[in-house]
Amino acid sequence: MTTTPAISPDLSGRRTPSLGGFNLVALRLEIRRLLRNRRTVIITMVFPVFFFLIFGLNKAYANDKVGHGNVAAFVMISLALYGAVFAATSGGALVSIERAQGWSRQLRLTPLAPPAYITMKVLTALVLGAGSVAVVYIAGVATNKASMPTYLWVVTGLSVWVGSLLFAAFGLFMGYLLPTENVMQIMSLILTLLSFAGGLFIPLSQFPHAVQTIAKWTPLYGLNQLVHTPLLGNGVDWTWVVNVLVWLAIFAGGAIWRMRKDTARV
Amino acid sequence: MTDITESAGARPVSHQAPLAVDLTGIHKNFGHVRAVDGVDIKIASGEIVAILGPNGAGKTSTIDIILGLSNPSAGQVSVLGMQPRQAINRGLISAVMQTGGLLKDLTVAETVEYTASLFASSESTGEVLSRAGITDIADRRVGKCSGGEQQRLRFALALLPDPELLVLDEPTTGMDVEGRRTFWSAIRKDAEQGRTVLFATHYLEEADAYADRIVLLRHGKIVADGTAAQIKAMAAGRTVRATLPGATEAMLREMPGAEEVEVRGDSVLIHSKDSDATARCLLTTTPARDLEIIARGIEDAFLALTGDDTQDSAATTGASR
Repeated sequence: MTTTPAISPDLSGRRTPSLGGFNLVALRLEIRRLLRNRRTVIITMVFPVFFFLIFGLNKAYANDKVGHGNVAAFVMISLALYGAVFAATSGGALVSIERAQGWSRQLRLTPLAPPAYITMKVLTALVLGAGSVAVVYIAGVATNKASMPTYLWVVTGLSVWVGSLLFAAFGLFMGYLLPTENVMQIMSLILTLLSFAGGLFIPLSQFPHAVQTIAKWTPLYGLNQLVHTPLLGNGVDWTWVVNVLVWLAIFAGGAIWRMRKDTARV
Repeated sequence: MTDITESAGARPVSHQAPLAVDLTGIHKNFGHVRAVDGVDIKIASGEIVAILGPNGAGKTSTIDIILGLSNPSAGQVSVLGMQPRQAINRGLISAVMQTGGLLKDLTVAETVEYTASLFASSESTGEVLSRAGITDIADRRVGKCSGGEQQRLRFALALLPDPELLVLDEPTTGMDVEGRRTFWSAIRKDAEQGRTVLFATHYLEEADAYADRIVLLRHGKIVADGTAAQIKAMAAGRTVRATLPGATEAMLREMPGAEEVEVRGDSVLIHSKDSDATARCLLTTTPARDLEIIARGIEDAFLALTGDDTQDSAATTGASR
């Protein structure tokens, strides 16, 4: 390209926004938008609590001891992860809807820089994810069934919340890959399958051996194992860490690759 | 009449202030398709310029390059003396695009508030809503707004950074006559404050009514660049017909105003941009008789300038000379 001429004095007073346009007003509107979507709220807040009430409180096993706590606490962590993963994916997948509606193009006529845009989407996903974890944990407290030491409530809750970032990257990647307003319908199906494969609903040991072997390669498996580790106190298996890191590299790398392509083309 | 490209270029341009738009030798290829094929446009601060041309002439591709939405395959682009992206980051350019571009689940006011938050400084939400004439629908969801209302919302968004250059890409597509009139009166009122306005349209009457200057595009090339009156005169042109035995095409080409000439037996046809001069010369310096002057309709001429037939080669060379 050409060398840039000096900016004339009367125009130099015009500033560019700090942080590439990142700001709290826009973030607040993003969150409000997501909460306005009834479907998203039901999937990320209502479903996990509902499932916890059904599966987590079953008298047959709820009070059985598991690691430092009981089965109800174990199920609560699983369902908080389910909600947070859906929330993170929804936040990331907003990109898809915005591309389909042409809003991304409109944003390119503003100073908003792509990293600031992505940061806002991820933070929106994290705020919604925090909501998911909070409602499930509140349900756990309110029903007085889930039992584990207080520090484990904090540690597992934070692990689930931070771990859901993996799926914010997944949502972004899919959002760039599938330019459709119905992206969440497709994602719901994929996430439900991944949740089964990750052992969030039913312990993997109850599946046939072949299914178990395949399931260990799916993206929710490692994360699910890791967020339960503090409760189980059974130590970390390095394959879980590898699972999470490899999928993170795939999702984040894919999202960056598609985003670069997108900004070059539109 | 002088060559209109030159007269447009001779417009007094302040050398202190950078040009609002400065495109030099812009090419944009999509595969084998040359969407923009060597375009030079210089727009001084405060001008209202229309890019006029049929669908597929390269209007949107040119505008995308000015806005930094796409990079030219070749050529140089500068907006207010800087790269388009730098100008956008400073809120110096804004645009109203054809369709899409709005989130259906936000309200009108929220959309404005969101966009305003992205600029270093901006006009107030209330101010731009009122200037775009949509204060009364501020709380309505965007998805429930009519096409015209959404377009006025896009205009409101474009006003937020108080831009030096406002770009509109076929802004009235899909609007009814009333919506069109309201929209343009808002733009016109806004432009009176000295903002540079560049708009693309395929309506001759829109370019005529609202632009100081018209750049006519065809197949990615500029076929004419001048005021509406100049374009009309050029597009209109006239054909002078006379009986002149023994005439040669070479001799006829020497006639003042002659652009295209044809000899049919004893008859000669001279397409002229100055039919009076051509006729005077024929009658005074040659034995021509039975002289007729035939005018082309403006619409016909516009079609000839932008259409696909080869009849307009004279006009093309006339403009690019």
